[in-house]
Amino acid sequence: MSKLGTEQNPVRAAIVGSGPSGFYATEALFRSEPVVLVDMFERLPSPFGLVRSGVAPDHPKLKQPIQVYQRIADTPQFRFFGNVTVGRDISVEQLLACYHVVVFTCGAETDRKLGIAGEDLAGSHTATEFVGWYNGHPDYRDRVFDLSHENAVVIGQGNVAVDVCRILSKTVDELKHTDIAQHALEALAESKIRNVYMIGRRGPAQAKFTHTELRELGELADCDPVVDPNELELNPASRAELEDRSNRVQIKSYEVLKAFASRPPPTRHRRCYIQFLKSPIELKGEGRLQRLVLMRNRLEGEPSHQVAGETGETEELACGVLFRSIGYRGVPIAGVPFDERRGVFPNKDGRIVEGERILPGLYAAGWIKRGPTGIIGTNREDSVATVNSLLADLPSFEATVKPGADGLMAILRERGVRVVSYTDWQQIDAAEVKRGAAVDKPREKFTSVQEMLAVLTAS
Amino acid sequence: MTTVVTDNCKRCRFTDCVTVCPVACFHGDEEMLYIDPEVCIDCSACIPKCPVEAIYEDPIPEDKQQWIEINAERAPGLPLIQDKQDPYPGAEERQKELGF
Repeated sequence: MSKLGTEQNPVRAAIVGSGPSGFYATEALFRSEPVVLVDMFERLPSPFGLVRSGVAPDHPKLKQPIQVYQRIADTPQFRFFGNVTVGRDISVEQLLACYHVVVFTCGAETDRKLGIAGEDLAGSHTATEFVGWYNGHPDYRDRVFDLSHENAVVIGQGNVAVDVCRILSKTVDELKHTDIAQHALEALAESKIRNVYMIGRRGPAQAKFTHTELRELGELADCDPVVDPNELELNPASRAELEDRSNRVQIKSYEVLKAFASRPPPTRHRRCYIQFLKSPIELKGEGRLQRLVLMRNRLEGEPSHQVAGETGETEELACGVLFRSIGYRGVPIAGVPFDERRGVFPNKDGRIVEGERILPGLYAAGWIKRGPTGIIGTNREDSVATVNSLLADLPSFEATVKPGADGLMAILRERGVRVVSYTDWQQIDAAEVKRGAAVDKPREKFTSVQEMLAVLTAS
Repeated sequence: MTTVVTDNCKRCRFTDCVTVCPVACFHGDEEMLYIDPEVCIDCSACIPKCPVEAIYEDPIPEDKQQWIEINAERAPGLPLIQDKQDPYPGAEERQKELGF
């Protein structure tokens, strides 16, 4: 038998998930010494994960990594299998029969819960739903958000929370030439929201948003940022945190907040209140969300390990719609161990483990490996690390020749799955861009799987 | 928006920055790295990776302004650096010299 990783017996790799970590893992495999063929599986017909459906429509520059992914996809050793759900259409066991390695890069698709009374009232949502909705993700296109109230609340202070605040605060004119989904643009045009509250349980020194995202809240056409200068007063531990050199980027956010706090009184139609040291403890309302009960917190603990402790002091805030953006969790796939607490696939340096035992051939990269941290580029370093583990393990793999996706086609046909190839996707992509040009947008996304597949039938 | 590599990279060239670049915009010569502004998406991922704080984003300080032009001019003609490389010989001493 030929040595594994040669022209005669290439390493067959299946990548599950087509977001940044999937493409960076593919890139790292192609740049490695052994000959590797990659088949990428994606449950939607469209690739690119959160770069397509997470990055805000008014951040077109942050979508440019797609050009890098397109170049990777153009490599002859790459194949795309869209509209295929691993764990449903094909099992992990079937994948392992056809591939030497399976790398899971399926992200963190669900939200953490607040775990408080009233969380399931109508009007209480996850940021994921809202982001997916305005970005035209098929799973969320039918969601309805009641924007007929004056007050909206976003719980959490990461960049996703800022995105949600910004989209709620922008005018239609600021959004209409982006690739925002048409249904979202129409609903936002009718929005009565005037006050957006972004609330964090800890202080300004601990907020996770980046200063570039934060600064944008001060550059909106018809919305003023409002920060209470009293809330920017730091305790000694927080001051020590900001003075630490490793926080040299974080201090810039604090400076932006200080600039917001020293602005003249707001004059624009909308206001975005950025508030600290408050935790939601109950959502109240008759049949739907009407009020939010907040607990005032104080920070306790050593620098960099401060936690929010309750003061016992509460306040109520009228609110018609609430989005929680307090972190994400991965979704289990049958046949792969799952860490319920962290919401990730348990792994050691990217090697998936069950207890202490390494499961040969199974790897993870990106959010499903380390949890939902970092930005797009963070996943490149992370995927490279996983691929390095994989390459180190290569000599221990059986050198059996594996068929790759050719061994799965019969199963997929039998299940009636319309597999979407990369060429198919390029057709869908071109149709979206064409639809967009007609309405002066970079693209008008198809927001259902049926619509995407219809493009392929029509041609 | 602009993101630039500046003088602290000279004779350090730790290259940690390139490992998190989502678009492969770093180019380099023997001495240091440069960012191609046509490719960079200003995501800031590289900035905290630099052990000598050589990378700046807007607002770029007065005394670093010249690096905007230097990065733009040099980067496109130099080889792309996508993987972490060994630092410049003596980089650790220079790091200390620079106060990091």
